[in-house]
Amino acid sequence: MSEATHDRKTDGQTAHTPAPMSLLAELTHRCPLSCPYCSNPVELERKAQELSTEDWLRVLEEAAELGILQVHFSGGEPMARPDLYTLIAHAHKLNLYTNLITSGVLITPQTMKRLDESGLDHVQLSFQDTDGPEADRLSDFPQVQPRKLEAARLITQTGIPLTLNFVLQKANISRIPDMFALARQLDAQRVEMAHTQYYGWALKNRAALLPSRTQLEEASRHVAAEEAKGGLAIDYVTPDYYAERPKPCMGGWGQRFLNISPSGHVLPCHAAETIPSLHFDNVRDHSLSHIWYHSQAFTLFRGTDWMPEPCASCARKEIDWGGCRCQALALLGNASQTDPVCSLSPHRHLIDEAIAEAETTDEQMFIYRRMSQKAL
Amino acid sequence: MTAHTSHTMLTEDDCPGFSRGYRLQHDRVREQWVIQAPERALLADPITVAILQELDGRTRLRVVIDRLAERYEAPRDQIATDVLTLLSDLTEKRILRL
Repeated sequence: MSEATHDRKTDGQTAHTPAPMSLLAELTHRCPLSCPYCSNPVELERKAQELSTEDWLRVLEEAAELGILQVHFSGGEPMARPDLYTLIAHAHKLNLYTNLITSGVLITPQTMKRLDESGLDHVQLSFQDTDGPEADRLSDFPQVQPRKLEAARLITQTGIPLTLNFVLQKANISRIPDMFALARQLDAQRVEMAHTQYYGWALKNRAALLPSRTQLEEASRHVAAEEAKGGLAIDYVTPDYYAERPKPCMGGWGQRFLNISPSGHVLPCHAAETIPSLHFDNVRDHSLSHIWYHSQAFTLFRGTDWMPEPCASCARKEIDWGGCRCQALALLGNASQTDPVCSLSPHRHLIDEAIAEAETTDEQMFIYRRMSQKAL
Repeated sequence: MTAHTSHTMLTEDDCPGFSRGYRLQHDRVREQWVIQAPERALLADPITVAILQELDGRTRLRVVIDRLAERYEAPRDQIATDVLTLLSDLTEKRILRL
């Protein structure tokens, strides 16, 4: 069996635009944890800006209509929204596959029962480390590990399949074998070993987080050894800094994925708001279908017409899709250039310099994820 | 390499059904059938769909095989082999449970 892919629409303007498969619903940016590699933007949205329950219910209906198959309820911490159960139940009724991406610290026997009864299909539970004090240090949350272990127990008790997610960085990467052991002990079906992606918060902390090539090679050996054992699905997200070719971000810009921010902005990826030249339409003003097929943010980098050299004449242009627009912006100040990770980019040296800087940075001093002080 | 993998082989007396978090679903926008699974949707071919639609977690596979052999006017032995091989694989992957 192969992974399902999108078919091509055949009507007029949308002739070559596939329908989206997957929706990341960032219900809130509020979170009790402060991880220094958080994928949320540096400018976090506040509770007063968040979409209402009615907005989300309508958006879920539009998503199902548009062809979305899976909804990933995320945040921040999505369990900080008291209407989470209502939203899951509504998505379930619409035959959308419901996934909860959570830190687990708000999972109790009572909340787990409500998640179960709302028809939740799957939980992805994040872990900072297998080492308790290290997990506290990374999340800046005291005694976080026992709460996560209890959450995992409550999840698997319901029979809902569980994925553990570990964000890999230089201080925890040597414990990959322990992470796999924990996944098996907790009866997780899947484990995601995700190298930190360097945007937003993680980019601020890059020198403190980026592992060395030697660490990476050891990690890849551990992953291969675990895969050979079988019985545990492993999703290994490799670090693009050590690759020759860029990652095809989100399977291509506006090809299969969309993200809705807590305030209702529709984004082609969770970091897209870092690109100042883009305007993001809001679900309060337009339908999801209109935004997907016609908005500036989705059409600008969709397909291959926007590509500069060396992408434009590259045989891999529909494999890599030019790499990551947000990375081009963050590192080059121009979202329209080839991702500098690519060895064919004239700016690849920036990546190699970042690797060298991280190798000589021993002490982990973090800038933790926080709401900006000026707006408080 | 596969020494650790336990090979469950289903029999005609088993009554498999979908595990929690997995289901067969018609994708009406793309006009295809998919198996919804954690963090991915797997494309299901017409034979797989025909077999999976018969599963409810209560019906023995011998009944399912009889029905399919009759409906497709195919040799029962062949259908039995196809059904047991496919469903054993899906059980191994925890998509189905006994």
